[in-house]
Amino acid sequence: MLGAAMLLFWLPLVGAGATDKPTQESVPLGEPPPGLALFRWQWHEVEAPYLVALWILVASLAKIVFHLSRKVTSLVPESCLLILLGLVLGGIVLAVAKKAEYQLEPGTFFLFLLPPIVLDSGYFMPSRLFFDNLGAILTYAVVGTLWNAFTTGVALWGLQQAGLVAPRVQAGLLDFLLFGSLISAVDPVAVLAVFEEVHVNETLFIIVFGESLLNDAVTVVLYKVCNSFVEMGSANVQATDYLKGIASLFVVSLGGAAVGLVFAFLLALTTRFTKRVRIIEPLLVFLLAYAAYLTAEMASLSAILAVTMCGLGCKKYVEANISHKSRTAVKYTMKTLASCAETVIFMLLGISAVDSSKWAWDSGLVLGTLFFILFFRALGVVLQTWVLNQFRLVPLDKIDQVVMSYGGLRGAVAFALVILLDRTKVPAKDYFVATTIVVVFFTVIVQGLTIKPLVKWLRVKRSDHHKPTLNQELHEHTFDHILAAVEDVVGHHGYHYWRDRWEQFDKKYLSQLLMRRSAYRIRDQIWDVYYRLNIRDAISFVDQGGHVLSSTGLTLPSMPSRNSVAETSVTNLLRESGSGACLDLQVIDTVRSGRDREDAVMHHLLCGGLYKPRRRYKASCGRHFISEDAQERQDKEVFQQNMKRRLESFKSTKHNICFTKSKPRPRKTGHKKKDGVANPEATNGKPPRDLGFQDTGAVILTVESEEEEESDSSETEKEDDEGIIFVARATSEVLQEGKVSGSLEVCPSPRIIPPSPTCAEKELPWKSGQGDLAVYVSSETTKIVPVDMQTGWNQSISSLESLASPPCTQPPTLTRLPPHPLGMEETQVPLDMSSDPRSSFAFPPSLAKAGRSRSESSADIPQQQELQPLMGHKDHTHLSPGTANSHWCIQFNRGGRL
Amino acid sequence: MSVRVVNDTAVLEAQAALQLDFRGLLRFLYLSFLYCQMDVATVPSLEVLPSPQNHIELNVVSSDQIEQLHRRFKQLSGDQPTIRKENFNNVPDLELNPIRSKIVRAFFDNRNLRKGPSGLADEINFEDFLTIMSYFRPIDTTLGEEQVELSRKEKLKFLFHMYDSDSDGRITLEEYRNVVEELLSGNPHIEKESARSIADGAMMEAASVCVGQMEPDQVYEGITFEDFLKIWQGIDIETKMHIRFLNMETIALCH
Repeated sequence: MLGAAMLLFWLPLVGAGATDKPTQESVPLGEPPPGLALFRWQWHEVEAPYLVALWILVASLAKIVFHLSRKVTSLVPESCLLILLGLVLGGIVLAVAKKAEYQLEPGTFFLFLLPPIVLDSGYFMPSRLFFDNLGAILTYAVVGTLWNAFTTGVALWGLQQAGLVAPRVQAGLLDFLLFGSLISAVDPVAVLAVFEEVHVNETLFIIVFGESLLNDAVTVVLYKVCNSFVEMGSANVQATDYLKGIASLFVVSLGGAAVGLVFAFLLALTTRFTKRVRIIEPLLVFLLAYAAYLTAEMASLSAILAVTMCGLGCKKYVEANISHKSRTAVKYTMKTLASCAETVIFMLLGISAVDSSKWAWDSGLVLGTLFFILFFRALGVVLQTWVLNQFRLVPLDKIDQVVMSYGGLRGAVAFALVILLDRTKVPAKDYFVATTIVVVFFTVIVQGLTIKPLVKWLRVKRSDHHKPTLNQELHEHTFDHILAAVEDVVGHHGYHYWRDRWEQFDKKYLSQLLMRRSAYRIRDQIWDVYYRLNIRDAISFVDQGGHVLSSTGLTLPSMPSRNSVAETSVTNLLRESGSGACLDLQVIDTVRSGRDREDAVMHHLLCGGLYKPRRRYKASCGRHFISEDAQERQDKEVFQQNMKRRLESFKSTKHNICFTKSKPRPRKTGHKKKDGVANPEATNGKPPRDLGFQDTGAVILTVESEEEEESDSSETEKEDDEGIIFVARATSEVLQEGKVSGSLEVCPSPRIIPPSPTCAEKELPWKSGQGDLAVYVSSETTKIVPVDMQTGWNQSISSLESLASPPCTQPPTLTRLPPHPLGMEETQVPLDMSSDPRSSFAFPPSLAKAGRSRSESSADIPQQQELQPLMGHKDHTHLSPGTANSHWCIQFNRGGRL
Repeated sequence: MSVRVVNDTAVLEAQAALQLDFRGLLRFLYLSFLYCQMDVATVPSLEVLPSPQNHIELNVVSSDQIEQLHRRFKQLSGDQPTIRKENFNNVPDLELNPIRSKIVRAFFDNRNLRKGPSGLADEINFEDFLTIMSYFRPIDTTLGEEQVELSRKEKLKFLFHMYDSDSDGRITLEEYRNVVEELLSGNPHIEKESARSIADGAMMEAASVCVGQMEPDQVYEGITFEDFLKIWQGIDIETKMHIRFLNMETIALCH
């Protein structure tokens, strides 16, 4: 299993061995001027970075190997496996090189390995949860750590006084306190590594994890104070030094937090102005966060606290400012770096433990320490929880306390600190190192292995991963406001009151200062959730090739290939877990004939999910700008289409709500009509619907703002971005043509026809009554509409144009048809004609082609050609499914790739 | 001090009405005792024998808190026995709350006051004030499954009543839109359109959660309370509808 890793691991060793000789030889042989060498071996020039890269590679490969077996990783935490791997590798290094190499250097650890992990955890910290539990977290972090350090130190000293520790361990009370301070801190890396796999409930997780992050300040202070006391010698320590020590606790923690917040502010402010240079946005995030870390480290403040606060503070504004892509980049880079660092840390921990020259064993000390840290941790947790529960709304029960005590893992921070000790000042350093290694290994391996079964056995409340729903978000906001209001009414200035005040302040000043204006404007949490849900729906819809139908149990013979693909995709899972978009599509089960069904499906797919590739005029491949490329526009467009679909489906299924007073059951009647009962009045319900709903405006909100933002972008780009409204514009043009020709038969495109009850419409009720593509494309209405209606339409055109005349302000309003022609048409359609709409159902190929080619998409033409034969045969109940499907797939994929 | 509360029949009645367990009964007795100790002048509006339902808040809101709340009540009402809607205008911090009107309304809602199936009260006395406050008491998890479920329902009902402004037992789309619009009204840049579409989306989501697959001609008329509970299924509201001070023994809160 480890073969691959081994092989790679040998490389640097062999390389090192090989290069040692040439370099030594080259010195005496250096007299003749070296000729032009075809091949030169320059190992030592690249040695350092090469080794780093190799180590990371080895670690990553090891990770891959571990995860090949699901069984192993489900039982054993990755951190354990990595430590064991490190032990093995360390042994090999020792055997080959005869000396321990590649150890975990404290400098490397603190400057390079720790920051990414802390930044990642700070940036992605659920801030609401964190602040809700801040009191508990701070208590555990400050009081708990102090308690652990002192009790462990004193108890060990007592152990020594009792003679249970071998006398060769030369350490006084101060030494033991120093040791206690470094061994007492719960380690964020270890906690994160283990708890991420355990999935305990959020509150428990945030308390343990938050504690491990915030206790850094205490650890740093304690360690530094004790260290300086030890160095001064216990005789020279005066009372003022103790006071200074206490004062430094505040300086270090508050200073660290302040540094972090200052950098968070700078970061947010900087990203506000990166509109033209989007490409460096992710870099800025990392640079400034790292700068915060280094600054705090430089001022010997708590660096971990600084980065945590920086990440926590800047996230809201940065996320609002940077582009969608940068957000993804930041997220993935951060996760990658953190996971790399974590892997390397655990592996190096294992390797470092092999070096026996560094440590000296004393059973009494080791066992005593193990016992004391476990015991005092548990005791401390119980005592603090008891106090906290007097104040907490949701008390932490016994099971929580057990998990919290047991989850106090020690890790690399303790190890790095103990390595940093000065052997001349702390004579017992070797013993401390050995003890620390044992403690770290014990907590990470033994506790890490057992915590999962323990959590299961105790039936700790697990976190249930449900995605945020819109309702939930709305209700929670309402709750927040209610609570704030009640606190106001009662006159009690509690937590909700201050949170509310803070939010007001943030909205009024901070956000305005730190956010781009466009971002600030549309900034709202509810809206964000709404947007995200829609994007998710849209993406999953697109990922399935628009074949939502296949996943909803509809047996469409034409989509078998796609179906199998869709079932394996993750997004399908997402979809099945209840996104709203597929809700409507199940309706299609009630389809009458295959022919109609296929038409309806075709319509739906073509106009609903298909991204229409457009010719790009701007080919930019600069390094400094990533043009807003096809993918993004595509996302946007699909999002809008999807949105429209959602809203329509909603309306059509639930529009009754809006008309409860006036028109109680338009939908019902509409359905009767499908059954052949032609009822001209039935569809009268539609016009008010058209008037009443202006929801598509919501879609535009983002587009508009985006356009404000990108107002400097080229005209072509803008034109491209108007994809959604193109249909509408085409419609009006075509309508004008129709007016000129004045003849129905020559009527150039079926799109001009207002939505009379067409087959497609009836089959797809959610499409009805909307100014939707499906309605336009449906063809047969050309035949039913009497000639004298033409004038009515022309009037409608003019009204439509008047709507259209303010260009670009509200593009999607164009897609809506003016209501009155509908009404007129509906009422005047002769009964006998509409009674059998299917008989007149024909998709004139030429018309379709014309309409299509006008709709600017050259790529659509092959598809149209495919459609023509299908449309030509009226009595084709089952149209050749394979071809249609394959074409559809290809078509779609092409769109996707563009 | 006259004996107003603790006679056997009242206790039995209360027990029957509330199905209190023994522990709750003891608490009730204890608090009733405390209640008797209070100076009558501080609780002028409670001279009548409290109806059984009012024991609920006596159960949890301790006498100290009652006193504090009463002081605040007097402050709000300007030493009158009742509060009217206008009195809430005097609370300056409320101004900025986007759903201010809805919340104030909830204080006067007969459904929340347990006075009737619909309608608004013109004014509320201190007893009613306490009734409203009792919605915000923390859930006592020691009381057992049923009790917890019950108080969870109570809290959700409060929220539900706030949405369901015409008290027909359904949150219709119009009502939902209304709420969302108010929620978003804090941000002047978000148009009504988007508020509407958010409400539509939420309604759709609710429909998909509650009804599942919809028949083509089926109409989702609005969120009933059962649906509302369904939406909230699996979500802890333990921390979401509580005011901390109602749990504490004493807090000097009134200025």
